[in-house]
Amino acid sequence: MTATVNEKLAAIPEVSTVLDDQDPGVPDIIKGTGHLPEMRVDPIALFHRVREECGDLGRFRLAETDVVLVTGAEANEAFFRAPDNVLDQAAAYPFMTPIFGKGVVFDASPEERQQMLKNQALRGDMMRGHAQTIEAEIRRMVADWGDEGEIDLLDFFAELTIYTTSACLIGKPFRDQLDGSFAEVYHRLEHGTDAIAYVDAYADIENFRVRDAAREELVAKVQAILDARVARAEASGGTVPKEERDLLDVLIAVGMDADYITGIFISMMFAGHHTSSGTASWAMIELLRHPEVMADVVAELDELYAPHADGTAPEVSFQALRSIPVLESALKETLRLHPPLIILMRKVAEDFELLGHTIPAGTVVASSPRVSNRIEEDFPKAEAFDPSRYVDPRQEDLQNRWTWIPFGAGKHRCVGNAFAMMQMKAIFSVILRDFTFEPVQPLDSYADDFTKMVIQLAQPAKVRYRRRAR
Amino acid sequence: MSFKVVADLGVCQGHQLCQGEAPDVFGFDDATDVVVVLEEHPDESRRPDVTMAVRYCPAFALSIEED
Repeated sequence: MTATVNEKLAAIPEVSTVLDDQDPGVPDIIKGTGHLPEMRVDPIALFHRVREECGDLGRFRLAETDVVLVTGAEANEAFFRAPDNVLDQAAAYPFMTPIFGKGVVFDASPEERQQMLKNQALRGDMMRGHAQTIEAEIRRMVADWGDEGEIDLLDFFAELTIYTTSACLIGKPFRDQLDGSFAEVYHRLEHGTDAIAYVDAYADIENFRVRDAAREELVAKVQAILDARVARAEASGGTVPKEERDLLDVLIAVGMDADYITGIFISMMFAGHHTSSGTASWAMIELLRHPEVMADVVAELDELYAPHADGTAPEVSFQALRSIPVLESALKETLRLHPPLIILMRKVAEDFELLGHTIPAGTVVASSPRVSNRIEEDFPKAEAFDPSRYVDPRQEDLQNRWTWIPFGAGKHRCVGNAFAMMQMKAIFSVILRDFTFEPVQPLDSYADDFTKMVIQLAQPAKVRYRRRAR
Repeated sequence: MSFKVVADLGVCQGHQLCQGEAPDVFGFDDATDVVVVLEEHPDESRRPDVTMAVRYCPAFALSIEED
């Protein structure tokens, strides 16, 4: 059996090694783990090199696990179309388990996702309310801005998206109990996604100690909110007015404790938080790097929101759900170049046939939005920021459904993508109409920190705002 | 020139946004939670709405084929 697995794997080319896994600089705990030390410091270079050296199907090694990285439309389509019982999403992300906590699943099955869509917060007819909530949250964030000042993009958007995701997915009463400290703790939790988790997700290392302390802090915060809810309900004779109730009350009512509820909230917010925060930041950076695109976007927004003859103007919450083509193209191009998730993984549950190879059960198969989104044949001048790719008739997103994959593809394509695009449109509608922005550090100094599996903007990432004259 | 509307049922996630754009062209099967193409060959006048439905489908499940 082992020989067979090895034979199947041997037929798939393996990428070269540029960082010796016995190098003195490699932490002892991941010595001898193949490409894990490199993935931990420079995953982008590793994933691109797989395609350059091996083509559409290449292999690298994370400790005991062989990872087959697929790229290109044909292989990606097979990857994204595979049913869950063949390619299992849940088992492939060991770094998430300690963050969500025991018993909280990484992702729902397609059937459960469909059910969530129908019954819960991401339903299409809920979007208008979400758009109003998001507009209000953005205005609340900029309410204390002066005529000019500096913000750090990571701090600003990470805090804003804590408020928007909690308000829309959990409920406004819960969101109103949060302040900036929740975002700060949540950020430390996200930062605990060290790839060392592929060896031991509970290893006694600094990054994981910080992660676990952050989770305990979040549980304490949720516990305090929970206690206050229970106390208030008791004080008012056991019932709280319906409009003051939210998902937290439902989970309390079914008897869940603060630790488990916190895990559920973390998992609900996780998919929508660092992803939206990073995309908003990178959209701003790319617009600052391309003043001509910024000018087009601002001109579009100014025209869209110009008051009608009767003095009324379209509301952001209305317009964000509708077409804003120039801004949308800039956002799509931002997502193509800076996909928030650079690798999507599945555990192979049954032998999986792909491009004439058999990927054996027990291995991991992966697709990389970062690499696929920059395939030159599909996206000419792939390294260039060029929003005109999405204008008719090029439509490079729709034309390349299996390689334009910032949201993934297929049944597991991000269910929140319409929500996310609406949120981005609302954010930029508000801030670009009221303020102008300029960089306060060299434009090429804005960068991502790739040393964790959850990628975040590296700090400092400061920009200066100035209130527009009206 | 006429066109054909194609839905990829292996990809549809049941967001139902297409019904908002073109309710005469796109329906929904409640039993299977996926889109139903009600009119495979809509009149040319329906092209703008169908194009919007294709472009804004959150699952990229729709496409237009030129006949």
